[in-house]
Amino acid sequence: MFDSVLIANRGEIACRVIATARAMGMRSVAVHSDADAGARHVAMADRAVRIGPPPPAESYLRGDAIIEAALATGCGAIHPGYGFLSENPDFVEAVEAAGLTFVGPSAEAIRAMGLKDAAKAAMEAAGVPVVPGYHGESQDDAHLSGAAEAIGYPVLIKAVAGGGGKGMRRVDRPEDFAGALASARAEAQGAFANPAVLIEKFVAKPRHIEVQVFGDGARAVHLFERDCSLQRRHQKVIEEAPAPGMTEEMRHAMGEAAVRAAEAIGYRGAGTVEFIVDASEGLRPNRFYFMEMNTRLQVEHPVTEAVTGVDLVEWQFRVAAGEALPARQEDLSLSGHAFEARLYAEDVGKGFLPATGRLSHLAFPAAARADTGVRAGDAITPHYDPMIAKLIVHGPTRDVALGKLRRALDETQVAGTVTNLAFLGALARHAGFAAGDVDTGLIDRDRAALVAAPEPAPETVAEAALAAAGLLEARAPETGFTLWAPLRRRVALGRGEAEIGVQIRAEGPDAHVVELDGREVRAARRDGRWRLDGRPAVGAHMGDGVVTVFADHGQSFAIVDPLERGAAAHGADVIEAPMPGLLREVLVAPGDRVAEGQRLAVLEAMKMEHALTAWRDGVVAEVLAAPGGQVEAGAALIRLEEAGDG
Amino acid sequence: MKIDSRVLTGAEGFQANRAAHLALLDEVRAAAEAAAAGGGARARARHEARGKMAPRERVANLLDPGSPFLEVGATAAHGMYDGAAPCAGVIAGVGRIHGLDCMVICNDATVKGGTYFPMTVKKHLRAQEIAEENHLPCVYLVDSGGANLPQQDEVFPDRDHFGRIFYNQANMSAKGIPQIAVVMGSCTAGGAYVPAMSDVTIIVREQGTIFLAGPPLVKAATGEVVSAEDLGGGDVHTRLSGVADYLAEDDGHALALARRAVAGLNRRAPETVVWETPEPPAYDPEEILGVVPADLKTPYDIREVIARIVDGSRLDEFKPRFGETLVTGFAHVAGCPVGIIANNGVLFSEAAQKGAHFVELCSQRKVPLVFLQNITGFMVGRRYENEGIARHGAKMVTAVATTQVPKITLLVGGSFGAGNYGMAGRAYSPRFLWTWPNSRISVMGGEQAAGVLATVKRDAMERAGEDWSAEEEAAFKRPTIEMFERQSHPLYASARLWDDGVVDPRKSREVLALSLKAALNAPIEETRFGVFRM
Repeated sequence: MFDSVLIANRGEIACRVIATARAMGMRSVAVHSDADAGARHVAMADRAVRIGPPPPAESYLRGDAIIEAALATGCGAIHPGYGFLSENPDFVEAVEAAGLTFVGPSAEAIRAMGLKDAAKAAMEAAGVPVVPGYHGESQDDAHLSGAAEAIGYPVLIKAVAGGGGKGMRRVDRPEDFAGALASARAEAQGAFANPAVLIEKFVAKPRHIEVQVFGDGARAVHLFERDCSLQRRHQKVIEEAPAPGMTEEMRHAMGEAAVRAAEAIGYRGAGTVEFIVDASEGLRPNRFYFMEMNTRLQVEHPVTEAVTGVDLVEWQFRVAAGEALPARQEDLSLSGHAFEARLYAEDVGKGFLPATGRLSHLAFPAAARADTGVRAGDAITPHYDPMIAKLIVHGPTRDVALGKLRRALDETQVAGTVTNLAFLGALARHAGFAAGDVDTGLIDRDRAALVAAPEPAPETVAEAALAAAGLLEARAPETGFTLWAPLRRRVALGRGEAEIGVQIRAEGPDAHVVELDGREVRAARRDGRWRLDGRPAVGAHMGDGVVTVFADHGQSFAIVDPLERGAAAHGADVIEAPMPGLLREVLVAPGDRVAEGQRLAVLEAMKMEHALTAWRDGVVAEVLAAPGGQVEAGAALIRLEEAGDG
Repeated sequence: MKIDSRVLTGAEGFQANRAAHLALLDEVRAAAEAAAAGGGARARARHEARGKMAPRERVANLLDPGSPFLEVGATAAHGMYDGAAPCAGVIAGVGRIHGLDCMVICNDATVKGGTYFPMTVKKHLRAQEIAEENHLPCVYLVDSGGANLPQQDEVFPDRDHFGRIFYNQANMSAKGIPQIAVVMGSCTAGGAYVPAMSDVTIIVREQGTIFLAGPPLVKAATGEVVSAEDLGGGDVHTRLSGVADYLAEDDGHALALARRAVAGLNRRAPETVVWETPEPPAYDPEEILGVVPADLKTPYDIREVIARIVDGSRLDEFKPRFGETLVTGFAHVAGCPVGIIANNGVLFSEAAQKGAHFVELCSQRKVPLVFLQNITGFMVGRRYENEGIARHGAKMVTAVATTQVPKITLLVGGSFGAGNYGMAGRAYSPRFLWTWPNSRISVMGGEQAAGVLATVKRDAMERAGEDWSAEEEAAFKRPTIEMFERQSHPLYASARLWDDGVVDPRKSREVLALSLKAALNAPIEETRFGVFRM
């Protein structure tokens, strides 16, 4: 076994790998960018090496610096985690050339699976089912319709050069084929200057089911399947193992196919074979098709660990160190059911925009496995993926495990940033999901209901107001003392654009009355615990002018400072960055006269360009940020003034 | 030494006492609620329709959330001016702003436009006196039309009239006691000097006005037609005149600005006493209502009250075997060391000497004094006069008058005659003086006063050979007895600010604790006593 191992990654996966390395008696070396100098994975590792500034291209993607760090710290192996360099065959070769061990597959195996079309062809040759289709050269109309006939309707006509749904047509009946073909070609020609199309089987009710495989370079085993059908724009949200409705027959068929795929390329280490499954008539052993193989450890590997009892990272190290497969297929079995939910800093209400912020409070329930790369006090920066944690639960049945997932999500507490926690909670309570009736379209279909933000209960508002007023803390006995009638003090809480005004009557250190919306909520503390109208307080956290009450997966309120009223009355002319991002362009200069709706600047965030527009006519007074720079959410960018102001 | 209570809380007498005290409390509470309601629902609705906060809401939002508010003169002017000036039209009291004890003085514009009645002036001056003695920063929430013109002879000319307010502001400022004004309504005529004389002034836009003469008077005097806002509004005073320093958008903003001004005072209470960790009394203060007899004439052990006020019910009693009608001893109230002087019967020469001795001790050690006053007076009679009880009483009065430690007086029963002097009555400038609803204050008891007058008259009639029947004598005495009864009532007393307020006996501990805390914002000076008649 290796004496020391370098983990070429960050965040939760780096922490996860370090934990197993430590459990196996190895020393771990972390690498970090400047943004991560104080990160959890750095704190967990025995040593840490700085490899560059925050942008990944200058740090976590710098193979040379990482190999240098491994050599300098006497490491025998490099574990890549997932993402970054984990599927980069050139890096694998460089690691091996430096005399180190890459904990993962060979460069050839990665290359074999790297090109999707070639991989599909190779898999088809190895007897792994792929989506039936025609990818040939001939673009003759009759030939194409014949191919469609052979594949069986419904089919998809896709532009060969396509992407983004352009030049794509679904055809359900043979008589519609010619028309659809013509329009698809025209669109493809227009968009890509290439009218060539291919024909594929249309998968009616698609489910994403993947098989965990593990190889030693010659032989492979599978560790059963995971269902990752709950996706939002191809991002997995909740994963589970085993797949609901899976039969032994189909599991066997998929497992065999996945092992064939791995062995066909001499796979070594942990990998995942992804299949698309046509679930329009339930799960059938002849209706799964190879999509791609991920030649690395997957984000969602913990659900497999939960149901098999295997530490996949331990296996990775053992196989990388030259051991044979740690178990035979017949030694592996499934036990119970597991879920994983991915907790992100993102603004669900604003279309799941990635968010940043300092996690002023972070707590996970002890009953769940929480894989995280951050601690309370850490920041979610715009430089990397905004994942906060993965919550993994395991139970004897799917029903019990789902109950545990709901409870774990209910008890998770995050303050300091917006998160998708409430969305995950709503998903965990979705009736179709509970029934196991999942497919990749579920979230989009029910999105409105899943992202609806629940109105806070009066007790929640009351708890927020009391926390904002500092009245939930231990207080001196004279708190709230008056000779006769108590005083009523106003607290204003901001919720979006709205302001909630409440009145608080402090009656003593342990008793307050909160008036809101024409009703009263009584707060009383006994034995150090607050109750609101008899119900235990759920807990609240204050930080940075925001109070978060841990009800409904976290209800946050801005604490309105009356001092800011003066500023607000005269300072509403500042155009702010709506989210963190790169200020791509500033389109105006001081002194320019602008009209309402005019584009002032372009912000690039999460590969999207957002135009910032003037909300009224006016004159640009100042440009407050330089183009090309990274800006935080809320950063002041441009100040307008009245046309006649100056 | 923990006091060992002898009272049986289940006893019949206990319940009867409690019922009687509760009835008295109801009367005071009703008076306090009427005062707190200010000028009534209609005036308040009109006030709030202008976007103004109600006066008590202003006070609450100036103070820290959960801040205690030790209100002064909560039933001032009760029963006076035909009920025209509830709470004397001004709210005053000690509360905390950013943890700092401050005196808040807030006009109630719903009461006759916040104009100053004689009791308004007296209350304002008393609040300033408290601030000055205890070094409390003053925040004036101004919304007043100035002097109440029909009563100008009782509010303007004398020393302790309207002008004294500004004299006090100037002198407090000179002593480094901050003066902050928030102009939330009118500040007309003399009232204009409250903001003008303050160290820092905040004014609310299109709501606060400051001028020596309002638009009607200007028109009458010079013919100039001008709006109130253009004459002396927030914009004018913060931009042109410099009479005010900060312009606020509304009441809430103005109060936040005042809080920020206090936060920047760079001020903290001086080191004075050695604080202990507060500890509740071993006996429930709720029981005070049962242990104190409803009838002032019924004697009881004052230690039963002390046991329900001080930390852990512990009293280190000083000279317990000497001059037993005065209980003296060291204790803590909410962690603050105090010397307690409490009546346990009529004062004899020994008790007076012991009292003087104890005041000397506390002055030497700089321990604040708490007086629990329930005194019918010094003992009378030939034996006592001959042994010089006046000389011994004078020693106690001298000590109490000249000590520099803070004195807090709580009137728990009778306050009659010279006993009032020795026990730090109003004339002896205790930092605070509070009364219980069952207390009575007068130069002597009504019965005794009527008896004195009747004796004088009977002697005169007998000299003239006239006859005076028992019925005639009783009829003669009744008006005097009734007058004393009415005038010695705590609400009558408090209406005239002979004290700082009537308090719920069950809250005595908190009232004393807050009074002490407020008092200890001023350093304790060295005491220099006068000549003791030995």
